[in-house]
Amino acid sequence: MTAASRPRVSWRDLADESIAGLFARPARAVLTVLGTVLGIAALVGTLGISRTQSNQIVGRFDALAATEITATTRESGGRAAGSVIPWSAEARVSRLNGVRSAGTISSVDVGGALARTVPVNDPANVTEFDLPVRAVSPGLFAAVRTQLRTGRVFDRGHSMRADRVAVLGPGAADRLGINRISNLPGIYVGNRVFQVVGIIDDVARRAELLDAIIIPEGTARALYRLKGPERLQVDTAVGAAALVASQIAPVLNPNDPARLEVSSPPEPKATKAAVTGDLNRLFLVLGAISLLIGAIGIANVTLVSVLERTGEIGLRRSLGAARRHIAIQFLAEAALTGLAGGILGATVGTLATVIYGASIDTTPVLDARIPLLTPLLGLLTGVLAGLYPAVKAAGKQPVEALRSGT
Amino acid sequence: MSDLLVPTESVPSAAASTKPVVDLRSVSRTFDTTPPVHALIDVDLEVQRGDWLAVAGPSGSGKSTLLNVLGLLDIATSGTYLLDGIDVSGLSDAERTAVRGERIGFVFQSFHLLSHRSVIENVMLAEVYGTTNRRFPRSGRRERAAAALERVGLGHRLEFLPSRLSGGERQRVAIARALVTRPSLLLADEPTGNLDTHTTESILELFEGLRADDLTIIMITHDSEVAERAGRAVRIRDGRLS
Repeated sequence: MTAASRPRVSWRDLADESIAGLFARPARAVLTVLGTVLGIAALVGTLGISRTQSNQIVGRFDALAATEITATTRESGGRAAGSVIPWSAEARVSRLNGVRSAGTISSVDVGGALARTVPVNDPANVTEFDLPVRAVSPGLFAAVRTQLRTGRVFDRGHSMRADRVAVLGPGAADRLGINRISNLPGIYVGNRVFQVVGIIDDVARRAELLDAIIIPEGTARALYRLKGPERLQVDTAVGAAALVASQIAPVLNPNDPARLEVSSPPEPKATKAAVTGDLNRLFLVLGAISLLIGAIGIANVTLVSVLERTGEIGLRRSLGAARRHIAIQFLAEAALTGLAGGILGATVGTLATVIYGASIDTTPVLDARIPLLTPLLGLLTGVLAGLYPAVKAAGKQPVEALRSGT
Repeated sequence: MSDLLVPTESVPSAAASTKPVVDLRSVSRTFDTTPPVHALIDVDLEVQRGDWLAVAGPSGSGKSTLLNVLGLLDIATSGTYLLDGIDVSGLSDAERTAVRGERIGFVFQSFHLLSHRSVIENVMLAEVYGTTNRRFPRSGRRERAAAALERVGLGHRLEFLPSRLSGGERQRVAIARALVTRPSLLLADEPTGNLDTHTTESILELFEGLRADDLTIIMITHDSEVAERAGRAVRIRDGRLS
């Protein structure tokens, strides 16, 4: 009966003994933890800061580029050069979810006609200009985020009636000498007269409009035999660009979607990958190295501790502790050191990410799994570092251990 | 207080009154050095319950080896060792550890107290390592340790660190630690070796009281005056008992 009895220790007692062992020398424990803290902090901080950084750069793209889609007719050799974008493109695309505004734009061939305000022949001054003429659908003004200096832009009614109205880009207005519309100014393009209804101050996209005379699409069809819209310009909600871009071709040209060339902003992921570069890899390597140094530190200190506490090991053996209880205690002390380093390091790394985010006025971004899992990495470091000292401690003969004094 | 020292139930109680606590039959211990050292030669020793035995001898006589064999810290090369009627010669390392934890309390010359733990925590440590036969619950552990310290006259020093105690007081803590698990046998290795004569006297008086409570004590000493205080004394010289 007695011969079959085995040494037993409760896990709570073992945990108590390990914690007490660590707190016996608090200053040393703190110093031992530092290596792991640095390693884990470097890992968490690098991941957090690089993520925050790339998020900020993507955020800057979001403002304009990430919400812009354009579509043009793909040039195909041999085929008729006509546009495959229908006149109804604006109406069709505007119905797609995620589209904020859409419009079409084409350059108009006016046959070399020059633009002027009044038919006056003044040999001293140049009064006629070769200005580009653009025909746009009414939605385009919103799609390029037009800011008006004065007046208004034309609408569907103007286009359907082929009214001879024009909106001037600021450059064109300056050259023609038109700065207000209260006097109902008119301009001539060749021998055709248009009434100016508005002057643009600025556009966010399609800077060519700034120097152009802009007329309704319907007017261009009637007067200049415009064959079809050249380009579709779409402004999407943030994050909808990829989805909308994939839908535009089948919506505009269901018979042959491939003939449309749709350009959409680069995927955010691609941007992120481009940003996460060599520097981050360097920091990750540095983090891994400091973690390794931390592990060596733990192993070293635990080994010293085993030597110092030889008498204690002998005493515990004399009290009925089995070899494995000695091993588990020292292993647990090393593991707790690593775990403490992991928790502290994850905290420091997270704080560094937050501080970095604040310093560049960006929301700090950190994958929630990182600060939760890295303490386990610290624990693993401690366990690996503690293996050899634990085996060493368990191998001590109680007789010799007791002889070594306290 | 004496119930503290009643042997545990795991001791074979029916035979306990007749069987000796320690029964060595022609035990030898030889170390495989060149030339071989015969540390113990054909030692026969019987210690009954309630005995207080002193083993005296000069250094190098083999008394430490005898103590290690008795304390299951070392294995005899030949012969039989019955502890509480159990033949411990053929036990595995783990089984010997279990028997040691259950039945033997140690008192060392250098006390072996953990310096960063309070007096009562040092005594409580003895209950941490139980066996599958005998577990000490965590509840009541502090009370049992306090009772053991009361028994050795240190009830007023429970929260002290060992470094603040005198040598005699430290040895009393070590004795309380050995007593708290109610061992069959108290093994004391030069318990007064580091103490002055006055303190030695008080420790020996404590042993006398423990023995009166039916505890079995084996004490190793090189001091013949100390040996004379024990109920029975044997001498060891060149590995042989006389």
